[in-house]
Amino acid sequence: MVDDLIHKKPDQAAQANMPDYSKETEVFSWAKARGLLGGLADGKLNIAHECVDRHVANGAGAKVALRIIRKNDDITEVTYDALFNLTNRFANVLQSLGLAKGERVFSLLGRTPQLYVVALGTLKAGLVFSPLFSAFGPEPLQARMEIGGARVLVTTNALYRRKVAPIRDRLPELQHVLLIDAEDDGDALLDFDALLQLASTEYNIEATEPEDVALLHFTSGTTGRPKGAVHVHEAIVAHCYTGRVALDLKPDDVYWCTADPGWVTGTSYGIIAPLAIGVTMVIDEAEFDIARWYRILESERVSVWYTAPTAIRMLMAAGAEAAKNCNLSQLRFMASVGEPLNPEAVLWSAATFGKPFHDNWWQTETGGIMIANYASMDVKPGSMGRPLPGIVAGIVERENGKLHHIDKAMCVGELALKTPWPSMMRAYLDEEERYNKCFSDGWYLTGDLAMRDSDGYFWFIGRSDDVIKSSGHLIGPFEVESALIEHEAVAEAAVIGLPDETAGEVVKAYVALNPGFRPDKDLQRSLRGHARQRLGPAVAPREILFREKLPKTRSGKIMRRLLKAREMGLPEGDISTLETDEK
Amino acid sequence: MTNKDIEALLRRELFEIAPDINPDDIDRGADLREEFDIDSMDFLNLVVALAKNLELDIPETDYSKMSSYDDLAAYLRLRMS
Repeated sequence: MVDDLIHKKPDQAAQANMPDYSKETEVFSWAKARGLLGGLADGKLNIAHECVDRHVANGAGAKVALRIIRKNDDITEVTYDALFNLTNRFANVLQSLGLAKGERVFSLLGRTPQLYVVALGTLKAGLVFSPLFSAFGPEPLQARMEIGGARVLVTTNALYRRKVAPIRDRLPELQHVLLIDAEDDGDALLDFDALLQLASTEYNIEATEPEDVALLHFTSGTTGRPKGAVHVHEAIVAHCYTGRVALDLKPDDVYWCTADPGWVTGTSYGIIAPLAIGVTMVIDEAEFDIARWYRILESERVSVWYTAPTAIRMLMAAGAEAAKNCNLSQLRFMASVGEPLNPEAVLWSAATFGKPFHDNWWQTETGGIMIANYASMDVKPGSMGRPLPGIVAGIVERENGKLHHIDKAMCVGELALKTPWPSMMRAYLDEEERYNKCFSDGWYLTGDLAMRDSDGYFWFIGRSDDVIKSSGHLIGPFEVESALIEHEAVAEAAVIGLPDETAGEVVKAYVALNPGFRPDKDLQRSLRGHARQRLGPAVAPREILFREKLPKTRSGKIMRRLLKAREMGLPEGDISTLETDEK
Repeated sequence: MTNKDIEALLRRELFEIAPDINPDDIDRGADLREEFDIDSMDFLNLVVALAKNLELDIPETDYSKMSSYDDLAAYLRLRMS
């Protein structure tokens, strides 16, 4: 491991926003980090003010905030001035729809210009923004909008017809659906552009308290329904600071975050952090495409690039040749998040781009980057790096409701973070018990297994539960199993994540059938089609296998862990609670 | 291999990945991933399956030539000719 160390030269380190990690850790305070922001009078704080209005007031309004490369390669540019006006207009639209402070506005959009207007206009109006993933099928969308009590949804015509119309009558709280590409067909859908046109560009931004709710991000657990992690306006203190030290963002940067806007990265680092710092963001509306990505990096002169291991491994598979012909001399810093970046990919990037990808670690619940490889710090390929200044991370074991701290180097335990920090979730919406379970003795328990080496670098091991991580998306097995069981042929289902070279893990399902159904290829396809229609392509199992019986405990709980161990040829572990075995 | 065979293979492999979508109902000139509701992983699996069946080496840099159903069919025809 040590042989692979990627050393940072002193002159490189000196140019970073954080030239010396140890020194910064000593002098850091969150109060100082707050000083990077403007704030409103009387200690009030609004994310949209920091991302937009402040820059306009400081005379930077003419600067391009968003440079969106459309699918057809057209470019849409939005300056900070324009974003100011558009978000004011949208805040007025929301006000005219009669929404009360704290109510939820959902988006189901790709990387379109409207996404940014919706997110920031919502925050301006003192409402709560919640993004949905457009590769979800109707059922995950319904669950999230139901739990989140969605009042407004902004989406496209196609997504609405395919995914929302079938569940609309099950969402009585959803009052308004705005389409960004509305067609005049006279039904109860609103035209986003038309409403925006009619609205005033004057708006008095809501003077929100730092602890007022701003964002609602959904995540999955092993059991039960999705959880809505609640974040407040104060979170921007962490977004802005981590943008500076973990992504090394400077106002002059051209920054490209490839994350989907439906997940937390797409908001924290695809909208808030970069705009708070005042960069120009490059946004690609299209999906992943190797040739296109290299072209964008070169032609847009991207200087900071934040992407995900799945994409990096696909670039790697395409070979260094593809990168060779493009001039990436502007590219200064590259970071990765979503799942651990394997050492081979870090070393490949260092060889191919002359600089490594910097892996970092965080979760929906932490709201922002917590552990990272920094521009000024040596990189140990395969490690997630060291805790952010201001963050204390530990390796712990839970013992009868108490925490036991593991101080010995390279011992596996659960990764825990000392509370609080500004972007820490403040609740799981309406689920106090599940929220409280995440904390013990003043520590947040992450559910991730990790170890710490003697230099203080952290190494990811795996999840401590059955949650699946595929292409950076967290998938709750229960949600998938529930959808499978809805098929008339399925008696019971178990869903696990299996290691995959490209995606980290892929979703695999085992089903036992009801009497009278034949386990054949046609039924397999029918089940996959059923799962895709309900869950969408990102969540539906890629593979479905038939079993006569699934392994279960005495209390009837399916032992997913055992299925996974067998699939991977690993020791079966403690099976003393096994009552019925797999057949 | 005739154009008809190529088309049949393409439909078969798409059916494996997206059995809930009828290729007759889609817009063949529109974005393939959107029309079939497939993500990057599905797309990768599709290309790998096609490459294996046709004994072709399909480099990742060619993926941009397969953005619609028609584009993909045309690409395969060209490679097999």
